[in-house]
Amino acid sequence: MSDPTTAARRPAWLSRLASWDVAVIAIAIVVLLVASGTIDNFGTGRNYTFLLLDLLPIALMALPMTFIIVTGEIDLSVASTLGLTSAVMGSLWNSGLTIETIIPLCIVLGAVLGAVNGFFVTVLKLPSLAVTIGTMALYRGLAFVVLGDSAVADFPGSYTSWVTGTVGGSSIPNVLIPLIVLAIVFGVVLHATPIGRGVFAAGASDTAARFAGIRTGRAKFWLYVVSGAVAGLAGVLWTLRYSSARADNGFGLELAVVAAVLLGGVSIFGGKGTLPGVLGGVVLLSALQNALRLQDVSNEALNIVTGVLLIISVLLPNILSSTRAALQRRRRRSPSPKAGALAGAEQ
Amino acid sequence: MNATKVAAPPPRQVSPGERRSVFGTVFKARESGIILALIVLVVFTATQNSRFLSGQSIRDILLGTAILAVLAVGQAVVMITRNIDLSVGSVLGLSAFAVGTMLRDNPGLPVIVALLAGLVVGAACGLINGAVVRFGRVPALVVTLGTLYAFRGAVYFWAGGQQINADKLPRSFLDFGDASVLGIPWLVLIAVLVMVIAGVVLRNYRGGRELYAMGSSPQAAQLAGIKVGRNTTIAFLVSGALAGLAGVLFAARFGTVDAAAGTGYELNVVAAAVVGGVAVFGGSGSVWGASLGALLLTVIGSALAVLDIDQFWQQAIVGALILLAIGADRLVAVRVAKALKKRDSHV
Repeated sequence: MSDPTTAARRPAWLSRLASWDVAVIAIAIVVLLVASGTIDNFGTGRNYTFLLLDLLPIALMALPMTFIIVTGEIDLSVASTLGLTSAVMGSLWNSGLTIETIIPLCIVLGAVLGAVNGFFVTVLKLPSLAVTIGTMALYRGLAFVVLGDSAVADFPGSYTSWVTGTVGGSSIPNVLIPLIVLAIVFGVVLHATPIGRGVFAAGASDTAARFAGIRTGRAKFWLYVVSGAVAGLAGVLWTLRYSSARADNGFGLELAVVAAVLLGGVSIFGGKGTLPGVLGGVVLLSALQNALRLQDVSNEALNIVTGVLLIISVLLPNILSSTRAALQRRRRRSPSPKAGALAGAEQ
Repeated sequence: MNATKVAAPPPRQVSPGERRSVFGTVFKARESGIILALIVLVVFTATQNSRFLSGQSIRDILLGTAILAVLAVGQAVVMITRNIDLSVGSVLGLSAFAVGTMLRDNPGLPVIVALLAGLVVGAACGLINGAVVRFGRVPALVVTLGTLYAFRGAVYFWAGGQQINADKLPRSFLDFGDASVLGIPWLVLIAVLVMVIAGVVLRNYRGGRELYAMGSSPQAAQLAGIKVGRNTTIAFLVSGALAGLAGVLFAARFGTVDAAAGTGYELNVVAAAVVGGVAVFGGSGSVWGASLGALLLTVIGSALAVLDIDQFWQQAIVGALILLAIGADRLVAVRVAKALKKRDSHV
């Protein structure tokens, strides 16, 4: 609410600098630098490779999730889509299909699963939270129905070693390249095209956006399809990275994805957020987890960090914006009572 | 008065204050669908395998339902206010481990102290949720997603890999998990007591009606003088306390507690409430419905085992049920809205 008004009254660069997403990117960089300097083994090329491989699925799924949360909806089913894709990939591999056929099939499967979400949310107009809690259980359940609790591991070495491999002996994993390409595409679409404007408009006010001629329902439907397809791709890459197709792959990952997106400054109420901020959020979350893991903090205890970060990331912008609003009101009140009253009314 | 009016939106609420025929009540109650599903399921399963209606099997179903229903009652209270509490599984784990540790170290403690301790631990967690939601003006979904992580992390941090086994727990406590009065297990009696108290308060008392009013329209409730913030905190406090109580019941029933106790329960609890007719977006539903939802889910689990169907189907069924329930809810709402429009046009 307060953002558009403050942006209009301040130099653009100043409000950019003070905004949450820029702050998150800055914090992420500071954490990376400090951890590289102080934690043994953090600053090694090998660890950077692992860090990037670990953040890959979260970053991938965070891209469409950003769009969805900006429109004011949510998709809690992404990790289950990943799991189901992985399970299907395993059972198709067992049935003798070639990996070149399986991979596109899996991505299509993800898109279909996303379309189911989109259908419930946009055609039946059901609340996305409830729908995707439902499909989160449904898809994970189907994953177990498909593969049970067994694992399929004998994927072709050329593929698995490509996923875990790095670009020409550097510490940059090969799979970072598709991620960067996708991130650029998503970023350009969100911030520099009419589609992106429509997404923000839908999140700011669905009704107003529809009056402005944006087909918000159709847009949301396709967002869910894309979200599912990307989760399917993440499932494929996950399976190849660990050379293990399992029904419980990526269990609980939806929380990390949502946490990273919100941490990156996307408002859960919709209408606000930037993709660079989200990528900053992903890096910050992953870097902190990686650093703590190197300090022998157990995986499970890391949950505290993720949870607290998630809460802080929604609390802090609220606190900041209300203090900012209070300061502005005070500042305005002294020279011109009229302007102060106006600003107060706008908040 | 005002609150009651706001609280009874025509589509969903079977307004308890109104007098209507027994016949109408039975057939119009939102819970009748679940009861029907239950009857069909029980009859079908019993004809397939008589073992399903054996004393032991019924007892297991009741004990399982008792724990889930206590959680679902708390969830219903929160969901009626248009919030959600995803942290209940973690609160259950924290409370179960806390009480388990306490009893292991002080075997002489009476059961009632254990129950109270569980309530207190849970209430403290609920208070954290409620305070952050209220004072941070942050959506409950995000807050409790965060505390789902954070509380679980806290249990792992505290418990490490250790497990509290039945042989470390006092005999009296384990007996409490098994014992029954007049053939009804203690756990079930406690669940029924919780259900009756919550049901009566929600239905007949001002405080309860206020929760419905808040869920129907937070702004209207605020304008009507309802203390929305305070009531929200209380709702989370209740949900947390009941999750804590469920933790004690869990420990008493299973006798073994580790840091993973209750992992994933939040999904079943939300499912039970949603299937039981509690709307995700507030304002309608009852604790009876939520408890029936808990019973249905438990019966499904038991029926699958008896029918020799893969337990893996269970989660998929839970997901499908959630989708079915919110879909049916939508259908009813649309129909009622249409009917009302028609009626209005004749006036």
